[in-house]
Amino acid sequence: MNWGIKTSSGIVAIVATILLAIVIIGSFERPPIESVQRGYRGTGMVENYNPRTIATLAEASKLPATLPPLPAAGPKASAIYKNVQILGGLSVGQFTRLMASITTWVAPTQGCAYCHDTKNMASDALYTKVVSRRMIQMVQHINADWKPHVAETGVTCFTCHRGQPVPSNIWFNNPGPAHAHGMASTETGMGLVAPAAGLTALPYDPYTPFLEKDAVIRVQATTALPSGNLQSIKQTEWTYALMMNFSTALGVNCTYCHNSREFGDWSQSTPQRVTAWHGIHMVRDLNNTYLNPLGKVFPANRLGPTGDAPKVACATCHQGVYKPLFGQSMIKGFPELAAAAP
Amino acid sequence: MAEYQNIFNRIQARGPGYPGVPLPRGSWKRIGEPLHVHLFGLIGDSQVGPIYLGATGMASIICGLIAFEIIGLNMFASVNWDPIQFIRQLPWLALEPPAPSYGLRFPPLAHGGWWLMAGFFLTASIMLWWARVYKRAVALGLGTHVAWAFASAIWLYLVLGFIRPLIVGSWSEAVPFGIFPHLDWTAAFSIRYGNLFYNPFHMLSIVFLYGSAVLFAMHAATVLATGRFGADRELEQIADRGTAFERGALFWRWTMGFNATAESIHRWAWWFAVLCPLTGGIGILLTGTVVDNWYLWGVKHGLAPTYPPVFGIIADPAQGGAGQ
Repeated sequence: MNWGIKTSSGIVAIVATILLAIVIIGSFERPPIESVQRGYRGTGMVENYNPRTIATLAEASKLPATLPPLPAAGPKASAIYKNVQILGGLSVGQFTRLMASITTWVAPTQGCAYCHDTKNMASDALYTKVVSRRMIQMVQHINADWKPHVAETGVTCFTCHRGQPVPSNIWFNNPGPAHAHGMASTETGMGLVAPAAGLTALPYDPYTPFLEKDAVIRVQATTALPSGNLQSIKQTEWTYALMMNFSTALGVNCTYCHNSREFGDWSQSTPQRVTAWHGIHMVRDLNNTYLNPLGKVFPANRLGPTGDAPKVACATCHQGVYKPLFGQSMIKGFPELAAAAP
Repeated sequence: MAEYQNIFNRIQARGPGYPGVPLPRGSWKRIGEPLHVHLFGLIGDSQVGPIYLGATGMASIICGLIAFEIIGLNMFASVNWDPIQFIRQLPWLALEPPAPSYGLRFPPLAHGGWWLMAGFFLTASIMLWWARVYKRAVALGLGTHVAWAFASAIWLYLVLGFIRPLIVGSWSEAVPFGIFPHLDWTAAFSIRYGNLFYNPFHMLSIVFLYGSAVLFAMHAATVLATGRFGADRELEQIADRGTAFERGALFWRWTMGFNATAESIHRWAWWFAVLCPLTGGIGILLTGTVVDNWYLWGVKHGLAPTYPPVFGIIADPAQGGAGQ
């Protein structure tokens, strides 16, 4: 009897220890963690970095070799090739250099045939060619008109694609996983594991209302006493989910942009919050002007569960880094992508 | 093993099971034969049962079970009746209150009606359990201190889930059921209302929360430490010198100049515990009703310090602020 009791107590202790170990190993990150103070002392405005993570991200952010620039001399691409709709002003040399670069950035293993009918390069038969043309226009638009967000660093196809035909951090309207119908309470958009919101139980599709539509993000009262702010706690949970998404996308804390004692106050925020504000508006613009209309061009297997086109969010470019590619600029080598041809 | 030398010890002396004092006329029967469990003896009394449920206890358990089922089955439905996902995602699953658009109306079951029903039955269960705690104390001829301490916790529960939503006119302001969801809700509550840390009643509540832990540690440590001299017989010792009780009192008088008494320490503990949810409930009740942003309230009343700007002047770009 006594032996049985001791054994059972021992087994309970061992099982508890194993469970505790699983929780600890699964929840915590192995040191070292390096902290960088940004705000005034005592405000806790600090970024935490693990050198191992930074090393991995730096490895993933290596730029491909840039082909040497070619002169604008010689015949124009539009004079030599057919159906050159937006890059016709480039010289043939510049045009082929850009095409070769795009292949490296977007379809290095698939090659030219990923977008072109190799028997008739001018044909628009492949949807990928139509999409590429629109994406080139999008890159020009970002670099020319969204300088408050991308500054002089700019973007190229590589910023998102990184050698893949489909960038890894795209999103679709997410109606959530299958759930029971009838009387069961299920239509809340939250209360499931939410990978888009930092694995919280917050709303699992913070993209659609804020980065496609323009739902109100600002929920906090701006006066000490009630003065008509009707934003609900539920609405706050949606904003919270969006902010978790930003934080994961950039690999930063709340305090990269905010003083957490008063999230809404601009005067206590960092300059990065202003950049992010423009980023939100940029992403809305890109999703509505460039990506959603491509829903008609994409084949069904490229569309989301509700038949919508793939869209961009912060992580599509940032990929876990506070500045995409750690701020390395490629646009200087490709002035034709800096703005649309006049 | 020197355990037997201490009067407070973990030795499990087993006699015949003791059913307790006779019950007053008109009571229900106690349920279950007394039973000794060694593992329970390691953390408390080894005797388990009999238990007295009574009418309030039975009704409370039934109401509690209904609430538990409503919450659990709705969570199960939210993963499409998939038992594996139900277990994997259980801490994330939720039964959410109705959307703000429903205000205080009774929404369809699928849109928060279940939440209202679960809330009703859970509240009924808690209230009935409170009545049971009260009645059991009276039946044993005790004071009703436990019931009133429990009532303090119920006050906070009711403020969060019923009274405050009623005042602001929306069930959506109430807490969802769910492990992570109610924690997410708590964080969102603080963010929406401008940082609860600047709410003085939140401050008081934290003082009493941490204070309760400190008092509990001080009291429990004192009793355990003086157990070897028979501190459990404190009333026999209270008038004499050199007893366990006096040593405990002297320890604190010498350490911090002041000591509670055997009676007053329990009043300290009771009031600290009771004031924690009591003040917390007041803080919640004032939030969104009287004060909409606690940080700004703190600034207004000289509570929140200002720091020198280190990032230059940052202005809201939506108000035409320059982009850096």
